[in-house]
Amino acid sequence: MTEQDKPTLSAELEAEQTTDVTAAEIRPRSRWRTVAGSQVFITLAFLLLLIAAFTMLEPGKFGTVNNLTLLAQNVAILTVVSVGTTFVIATAGIDLSIPSAIILGEVFTVKALQMIPVGDRMAVAIPADEANALVIVLPLLAALFAGFLIGAINGMLVAYLRIAPFITTLATLGAGLGVALLLMNGVNAATYAIAQVADSDLFFGVSNLIVIALGVVILGYIGMHMSIFGRHTLAIGSNEEAARRVGINVKRHLLKVYIVGGVAAGFAGYLSVAYFTTTSVAGHATDNLRAITAVALGGTSLFGGVATIIGTVVGVWIPAVLQNGFIIIRVQPYWQMIAVGAVLVAAVALDQWRRRSQNRS
Amino acid sequence: MTTTNQVSGGPALEARDITKTFGHVRALRGASFEAFPGEVTALIGDNGAGKSTLIKVLSGVYSPDAGQILVDGKVVHISHPRHAAALGIETVYQDLALAPDLDAPANVFLGREIRRFRVLHHQGKMRQLTETRFKELGVGLVQDMRVPVAAFSGGQKQSVAIARAAMWAEHVIIMDEPTAALGVVQTANVLRLIETIRDRGLAVVLISHNLLEVLQVADRIEVMRLGARVARFRKGEADAERLIAAMTGSYVTEVSA
Repeated sequence: MTEQDKPTLSAELEAEQTTDVTAAEIRPRSRWRTVAGSQVFITLAFLLLLIAAFTMLEPGKFGTVNNLTLLAQNVAILTVVSVGTTFVIATAGIDLSIPSAIILGEVFTVKALQMIPVGDRMAVAIPADEANALVIVLPLLAALFAGFLIGAINGMLVAYLRIAPFITTLATLGAGLGVALLLMNGVNAATYAIAQVADSDLFFGVSNLIVIALGVVILGYIGMHMSIFGRHTLAIGSNEEAARRVGINVKRHLLKVYIVGGVAAGFAGYLSVAYFTTTSVAGHATDNLRAITAVALGGTSLFGGVATIIGTVVGVWIPAVLQNGFIIIRVQPYWQMIAVGAVLVAAVALDQWRRRSQNRS
Repeated sequence: MTTTNQVSGGPALEARDITKTFGHVRALRGASFEAFPGEVTALIGDNGAGKSTLIKVLSGVYSPDAGQILVDGKVVHISHPRHAAALGIETVYQDLALAPDLDAPANVFLGREIRRFRVLHHQGKMRQLTETRFKELGVGLVQDMRVPVAAFSGGQKQSVAIARAAMWAEHVIIMDEPTAALGVVQTANVLRLIETIRDRGLAVVLISHNLLEVLQVADRIEVMRLGARVARFRKGEADAERLIAAMTGSYVTEVSA
C-alpha cells in the first residue's frame, strides 16, 4: 500500500465502522424467534386451533383419542407419500406421477402375492392369519421396486434429458396408469394376505399404520434436515449452479431424489393394499395434488431450497382435520374443499410475503 | 500493512504461453501469468483482452490448447474445477455461486460437509468452525449463523463467498471482479478481507476493472491485451495513466510472440 493510498482506505474503513449498516442490518435472532417466525409454526398453530375449535364445538366427539387415532390412521398413507414428495419439491421439482406409482405399487404387491405359493394355493387367496414372513416381505420389495422404476424413469428424464419435471411426471402419470391397467386387465384384485400389516398393533396398541407413518416421518426428517443427502437436495433447489460448482453431482442427485419420491409412493401402494385389502386401479387419482397441497401447506417452497418434513405432516393433517371436523359438527363436508383451497392460498401467500421481506438481492 | 511473504522463491501459480482458440477467435495467444504467495496480483485488461478466458483456464473450466500451468513449480493439467480445488486453487465467481436459502456454514461447507455416522452432517461443528474462521478473517457477519444468506447484503454475501474460498484454498484464490456490484463501504470491507487473506500467505489473483482499487490493493499488476501479457508492474511503479496506456497498447514492457 503506498503512502498516498493508505489514508483513503483507512478513512473509508473508519467511515464504515461508525456507520456500519452492513453489520447492524441483521439483528441477532434467537433460535426461538427463528422458529416462531417460520411457516411451520404458523400452520402448526392453525392446526392446533382447528383441533381445539372442533373439540369445543362437539365435546366428546372430535377430540377423543379414538377419533384422533382413526384420523392418524386415515392420513398415514398420504403421509408416507408426502414425505417423499417433499424431497422432490425441495429441488424445485414436482411429481405428478404419484397416483401411478401408488397403483403400480399395489399391482406389483398383488402380482407378487399371486406368485408366492402357501400350502396348496397362492398367497393372494389366503386369509390374513396364514401369512408368513415371505408373504409380507416379498410383495413389499415388489412394491418398492415398482416405485423405484417410476422414480428412476422420472429422474432420468428430468436430470439427464432435462425435460421439465411437470411434463415428465405428467407423462409417467398417464403411462404408469396404462401399464397398471394392462397388468390387471383393468380389473381390481382383492387380497387379505397382508392385511395384518395395517390392522394389527405390534407397538403399544397403536395401529401399525400409524407407527409405519411415524417411522417414515422420522426417516424423512433425518434425511432432509440432518443428512448430507438432504443438504445437497436443498442446495440444488436453491441454486443448482452453486451446487454444481462445489462438485455435487447434480444429475445423479436429482435421479436419487425422484427415486425417493417414487419409492415412497410404491410403499404407499403396498400399505394401501394392506389397509383396503384390494388394489384400486381407478383410485388415488388426486393423491398427487393432495400430497403437493400438504407439502406446500407445510411451508416447503415450490421454488425449491426450503423444505420442512414436520411442516409436511402438519400439511397432511389440516385438510384431514377440516374434513373430519366438518362431518362431526354436521357442516356439509364439501366446505372442506373450499376451506383447504383458502388455507393453501393463504399459507403460500404468507410464505412469499415473509420471504420477500427477508430476502435481498 | 507490510507483506510478510514477498520474496519466497517461485510463484504459487504460473501460466506459460497459454493459447486458447474458440472457433475463429484466438482468445489467448501465448498468455503468461504469475502469482506469488503473500501477494495480491491484479490481472487487468480491456474487455476482450482474455482475462476471463485465462482465469477459466487457471481454474479448470477450460483446458488450454497449448502452454503449461504450474502450481508451486510443478506442471499440472487442470481438467475440472474440482481438480483445481484439489490443487489448492479456489475461485470466487462474479455471480457468487452461493445457495441463497442455506445459511453461511452450510454454504461454506457445501460439498465438503463434515460428516458423522457417514451420512449425516455435523452442523454444530461446521457452524463453530465457520464462526472461528470468519472471526480470524475479520468477516463481520457472525451475528447469526442460522439465517439464510439470502438475507445478507451484497457485500456480506461476497464476504461469505471469499471467506469460503479462503478456508479451502491452500495456494491460490482467484477472484473475478469481487467488488463489481458493491457500494463504497462494502467494497472497503471486501478489500480489507483480500488484504487479510494475502497476509496469511495465500496468492490472491484479483481481476478488476476498477483501476483505483487495483492500485490500492495490488502488490503486482499484470496487464493483458489481445490475449497476451503486455506489461507487469510492481506496487508503486504504476499509476492509472500508465495502466490505461498499457491496456490500450501504447505502453508495452513485454516481448510477446
